[in-house]
Amino acid sequence: MISQKVAQQSLRRLAVQQPYAMRWSLMNSATPAAVAMGRFMQTRQAATTSNTSDPTKILAQQRLNRPVSPHLSIYRPQITWIGSSFHRITGFALSGSLYLYATAYLASPLLGWHLESASVAAAFAALPIVAKVLLKGFMALPFTYHCFNGVRHLVWDLGRGITNQQVIKSGWTVVGLSVLSALALAFL
Amino acid sequence: MAALRSTSRLVASSKPLFRPAVFARSYATVDAAAQDPNPSETPRTKTFHIYRWNPDQPTEKPKMQSYSLDLNKTGPMMLDALIRIKNEMDPTLTFRRSCREGICGSCAMNIDGVNTLACLCRIPTDTAKESRIYPLPHTYVVKDLVPDLTQFYKQYKSIKPYLQRETKTEDGLEYRQSPEERKKLDGLYECILCACCSTSCPSYWWNSEEYLGPAILLQSYRWLADSRDEKTAERKHALDNSMSVYRCHTILNCSRTCPKGLNPARAIAEIKKLMAAH
Repeated sequence: MISQKVAQQSLRRLAVQQPYAMRWSLMNSATPAAVAMGRFMQTRQAATTSNTSDPTKILAQQRLNRPVSPHLSIYRPQITWIGSSFHRITGFALSGSLYLYATAYLASPLLGWHLESASVAAAFAALPIVAKVLLKGFMALPFTYHCFNGVRHLVWDLGRGITNQQVIKSGWTVVGLSVLSALALAFL
Repeated sequence: MAALRSTSRLVASSKPLFRPAVFARSYATVDAAAQDPNPSETPRTKTFHIYRWNPDQPTEKPKMQSYSLDLNKTGPMMLDALIRIKNEMDPTLTFRRSCREGICGSCAMNIDGVNTLACLCRIPTDTAKESRIYPLPHTYVVKDLVPDLTQFYKQYKSIKPYLQRETKTEDGLEYRQSPEERKKLDGLYECILCACCSTSCPSYWWNSEEYLGPAILLQSYRWLADSRDEKTAERKHALDNSMSVYRCHTILNCSRTCPKGLNPARAIAEIKKLMAAH
């Protein structure tokens, strides 16, 4: 009790002698009322320095040590990105084989190859029926898939059919359509 | 869970300001007394494989560490499981989390192969299946499940994500919009920049230095679509190059993964349409 009284007295004396010091020290303390009234001034005991250097420099340095988190290997197979990767692969395969064949066709007279349509058709006709169907299916599936999926891409570029439900539905529709039409082409 | 929630609200309302620390209980763990009416219930143990990498041992390769939890004693969400592992099994497990209600975007990570927010992702109750948790794909790992998003934020800054306007309104009051104009911003302003979509995009994986990625492009479209913004031409000009927008190959992983149900792919398609008319 005595110590309390002493503290009270000294506070009162301070309030009389230095009223401003008293008011500020009370006002700036983190009482709920002061916080609510916006009077609470946060003070830091230790000096803090602000880092003004370019964060990208630090970034480059840190990246030397940091691993890259796994990506392709762990992402769940979904019609969206698997379908897209097949679109690319079939595109490369189709255009690549066209370029290869066309170059070979151009060069064939010089190299003595027989790539003219008649001889290719004759060679194909000599194959057994199973090989014919397999070969035609193998060529037809990338073509049909790339065609149908290309239409899907054109529709998306119009800003249509781009909700999740529509994308999943149209994706599987394209898979079904391309398999069916590839089969039809293979048995043609 | 219902019982648990009501008790916690009771405690919170009785003494909101001076709640002693004893009552502060982790939400991740279900209180045994409050929760279990029949303790004879068989434990539903589920295994979680979690990506670990410690920067203090940089030469050690990242590894998967397994933890088993009884789902009866764990909250319903993936974040609950993570917090419980950190609290009770392994305090060194590191991940970001804050709001636990899908509005801060801190706990974005790859759970069972899909990017999502751990706080919005229910733990699959099928205990036979083991869950795998990775940091956001193709990001530099700071530690465990914490990715380095500096580049992502830098790209966000680069699109000037604020209202740019020179002219004042006639009456000097706020810039008004019609309900139709305001409606254009629905589905855009809700984005919390959790980076789930950007880090689900294979195109962003390979080109994150220059391609802005779905999240930033959605934000970009948010300002292009805003009727109050006057720098539409400048904004379009800044995007008019081969990398910023056109690395988008409409793979559509972004919309598929968005934990907020937004559609970044549609925003990018709209940007492409705007650019074509440019």
